[in-house]
Amino acid sequence: MTELVDEQLLKDLAILAQLPFEPEQVSSTLSAINEVLELVARLEDAETASVLPLAHPLERQQILREDAVTENIDRNQLSQNAPSFEDGLYFVPKVIE
Amino acid sequence: MTHPFSTLTQLQTQLRERSISATELTQFYLDRIAQLNPMLNCYITVDNERALDQARAADQQLAQGSAAPLTGIPISQKDIFCIEDQITTAGSKMLANFRPPYTATSASQLEQAGAITLGKTNMDEFAMGSSNETSYYGPAKNPWDLLRIPGGSSGGSAAAVAAGLCAASTGTDTGGSIRQPAAMCGLTGLKPTYGRISRWGMIAFASSLDQAGPMTHTAEDAALMLEHMAGYDPKDATSLDEPVPEYSQNLNQPMAGLRIGVCRQFFSEGLEGAVEQSIREALKTFEHLGATLIDIDLPHTPLSVSAYYVIAPAECSANLSRFDGIRFGHRCDDPTDLQDLYQRSRGEGFGNEVKKRILVGTFALSAGYYDAFYRKAQQVRRLIKNDFVEAFDHVDLIVGPTAPTPAFQLGEKLDNPVDMYLQDIFTISANLAGLPAMSIPAGQVRGLPVGLQLIGNYLQEGTLLRAGHQFQQATDWHQLAPEIE
Amino acid sequence: MMTIPADWQVDIGLEIHAQLKTDSKIFSGASTQFGQPPNSQASVIDLGMPGVLPAVNGAVFKKAVQFGLGVGGQINRESRFDRKNYFYPDLPKGYQITQMDQPIVIGGSVTIALPDGSTKPIALTRAHLEEDAGKSIHDWKPNHTGVDLNRAGTPLLEIVSEPQLKSPEEAVAYARVIHQLLTYLEICDGNMAEGSLRFDANISVRKITDAKLGVRSEIKNLNSFRFLDQAINFEISRQVEMLTAGQPLSQDTRLFDPEKLETRPMRSKETATDYRYFPEPDLLPVVLSEHYIDEIKRNLPELPQARTNRYHSTLALPLADAQRLAQDRRLADFFDETVAKTQNPKVTANWIKGDLLARLNEAALTIADSPVSSDQLAELITMVDQDTISGKIAKDVFGALWEGKTTSAAAYVRDHQLEQVSDLSALEPIIESLLTDHPKQASDLKAGKDKLMGFFVGKVMQATQGTANPKQVNDLIRAKIDRS
Repeated sequence: MTELVDEQLLKDLAILAQLPFEPEQVSSTLSAINEVLELVARLEDAETASVLPLAHPLERQQILREDAVTENIDRNQLSQNAPSFEDGLYFVPKVIE
Repeated sequence: MTHPFSTLTQLQTQLRERSISATELTQFYLDRIAQLNPMLNCYITVDNERALDQARAADQQLAQGSAAPLTGIPISQKDIFCIEDQITTAGSKMLANFRPPYTATSASQLEQAGAITLGKTNMDEFAMGSSNETSYYGPAKNPWDLLRIPGGSSGGSAAAVAAGLCAASTGTDTGGSIRQPAAMCGLTGLKPTYGRISRWGMIAFASSLDQAGPMTHTAEDAALMLEHMAGYDPKDATSLDEPVPEYSQNLNQPMAGLRIGVCRQFFSEGLEGAVEQSIREALKTFEHLGATLIDIDLPHTPLSVSAYYVIAPAECSANLSRFDGIRFGHRCDDPTDLQDLYQRSRGEGFGNEVKKRILVGTFALSAGYYDAFYRKAQQVRRLIKNDFVEAFDHVDLIVGPTAPTPAFQLGEKLDNPVDMYLQDIFTISANLAGLPAMSIPAGQVRGLPVGLQLIGNYLQEGTLLRAGHQFQQATDWHQLAPEIE
Repeated sequence: MMTIPADWQVDIGLEIHAQLKTDSKIFSGASTQFGQPPNSQASVIDLGMPGVLPAVNGAVFKKAVQFGLGVGGQINRESRFDRKNYFYPDLPKGYQITQMDQPIVIGGSVTIALPDGSTKPIALTRAHLEEDAGKSIHDWKPNHTGVDLNRAGTPLLEIVSEPQLKSPEEAVAYARVIHQLLTYLEICDGNMAEGSLRFDANISVRKITDAKLGVRSEIKNLNSFRFLDQAINFEISRQVEMLTAGQPLSQDTRLFDPEKLETRPMRSKETATDYRYFPEPDLLPVVLSEHYIDEIKRNLPELPQARTNRYHSTLALPLADAQRLAQDRRLADFFDETVAKTQNPKVTANWIKGDLLARLNEAALTIADSPVSSDQLAELITMVDQDTISGKIAKDVFGALWEGKTTSAAAYVRDHQLEQVSDLSALEPIIESLLTDHPKQASDLKAGKDKLMGFFVGKVMQATQGTANPKQVNDLIRAKIDRS
């Protein structure tokens, strides 16, 4: 089985997905992922040269909505699940740009 | 007082005739839940107070003669459907304390039709699984054999209905998550055409594949539920602007002349011999009912699981990015910086299967791999859809087994994830093509239920339900119940 | 203004983010009003809560098509949304819904005017729709960043130019032309202080002789023409300096510090990350009919360039006046409405450029808030044109209209008996008596001291409460003096 994803790639993917890179789990994670990718590799057999990708199963067109303000927002109600909400703001550790 | 496995139509009659009150009926199920849920673990939350409040209101309506079709009927809802101010977990630690400020459209429509929600059912975490074993809240058990899985991801819903802990339930199906647990537990489970039921308020796993649907004892019940769950919702941009037929009124049209395609690829290696036998027996019933069986091919079926395990993880990798510990959901203690906040909150909040799929999805979309993986999978998706379009030129329904085996044992496939994924080998292609599909009980193997799957053409839920109902008039598999007291 | 060293050339491309003037957001029904309390306009959709879905506001497409037609671009009748994936606190879903593969507008071009008076066409690559992110507030609570999602979901049109701008001046000229077009079409309010329009500048330098573009830096979120100019200036110097010293440049993303007047690299989200674009599964392709596009085309207003040409060529206004009046859509509309009634472009132009704009500027009002309407102004101008009132009286009447003392020039003139007196039989006796009463001044005037004309004209004006026709008075006095 060719390993498509190696440790370095896993590190990169973890950063993109903002998941922790857990060194003790590396080998089990890698084998789990590569196993799936091997299953996926069967796609290579398919003849798809002139086939258009299908993004939406039923190929319909978007119905557009009117430009109207329909929301009556109570920010206190909507922030009830927030771990850190004060003075109308959601707080995170300071971000340096 | 009442039978725990009563159908919705039976309960409607009982409630209307006042041989039982809504409050009594609700209390009956709540008592059963208290008694049996510790063993089955099919409910994550039960809200006695809210349910009884709804029941009392239902009784008033029944007394006044202003009852809606589902008034007083106690159901459960998969914990993926947001219900305003009620804890909605999606089977995850990430949302253990989440109370949404909105209710899912499909859930709301059912409650408006009078249904009483007893509680929220257990499920694979974020709907990712085929056995209900990835739930943060522990596995649900199959009422037919407590050492076996009920199927997934709507395992809790299936177990609850099969064990008589509610009269019906709602599930979601992305690769088979309504149909496979329905098959495992001896129920009727329907995934409608993509877009038939609104996805507003339904926590997203894979947006282009997810659909809600009913899980019931009978096709007739499924028709009744579907009537109230379906409909155009402007809040869901992928929702279909199509009228909702009166599914429950058209079930008795005879099946004579119906052309049923028997898909060769659904009878492949991997299908357990005894299951195949059950299905072939069941097909004879369709012939006796007047249908014609025609052999058909859906040649790209063997690629469906591969395509699915690119598309679903890719979409979910993006859908789950919103879980960052900032506006809702689990947050780690004392984050040192933003990166720490994200990584630890997500690392702690998500289980291993979810994290794995996010990584696979991130990989499939990343630069350098997008064309070979994601784009390729979308191309194969079109080939799979084209197979169906061609088949439906000659047949009205396509039939086969729902799952390759009956319910397997808890823990049996945990070390063999690909084997687990292949559970969905017959169900996945209907999701990729967006077609309606239904599983109905059609036999038993070693005392365990076997499900038969029917796939219909776009918006042909009526044909599916009719065929299911007619089958259930001629057989009694759907009337079998587990012995669980 | 810096001079680019002779052996170097600069390549600049601008990405302009314009907030579209809609009532509600692009994917939710929350209001887009500026300056509201934090998170009071962030709906569950804007907050990216579990189970929510975007719903597309049709008005954003109308505005995007108007822009596309305005720059002569190609409208994609079928366009699509995509997800752009990255993590940042002001991006609640962890992805931005944008248009990558099939944007609404492709190509197009605008003409910019260079300092030497020549013009240059600048090609556009594309324009696409997307949602704006929220705002990060860094100094509210120590060691924390606060997130306000009011702005999240505001519709943006991202306008991308080809890297054909060769100097800071060209970049600013281009930015101004786009600003004018957007406000002309009324699809963006152009209020840069409020963040309605933001610029990202892609800058690279190369030797005059190099065929290939150099390594570029992107400077993000510039929100004024001045900052745009200063940032580009600094960046050009920086890059030339580095390369001259033999130091390699790396492609980076930078922020401009308006106090230190320098750019510095950004630390976070925007630096070279893999956005993993893929088609937005929650939204279907948007298909616009030919009829829809034709309808918009038919209703496009006359654009600045065409308008300027018409004022200059057809209405014979001096070029500077034509440009001034055509510059602002509302002003140009006001001018056109007034001229339609007065039929006198030159006089109308003078009144608008002079009296009206002076008062508007002083009161810090825009033409939209003018207390004097085009009808009222037209009536006034016509009265002057027909010699019904004198120019001086007209200014007084204008003042009365402005202050709301009257709603009709004609009525005011009538009520206050301000009609110009041109009647010789009324003026002659007055002049006669003045000449008699001031013999010394009369003979001085006859002797050639023309300054005294003013003395007599003034007296006549006094005697007639300013209503005498000054030209008539002048002629009459001259005639009498000559005859005496």
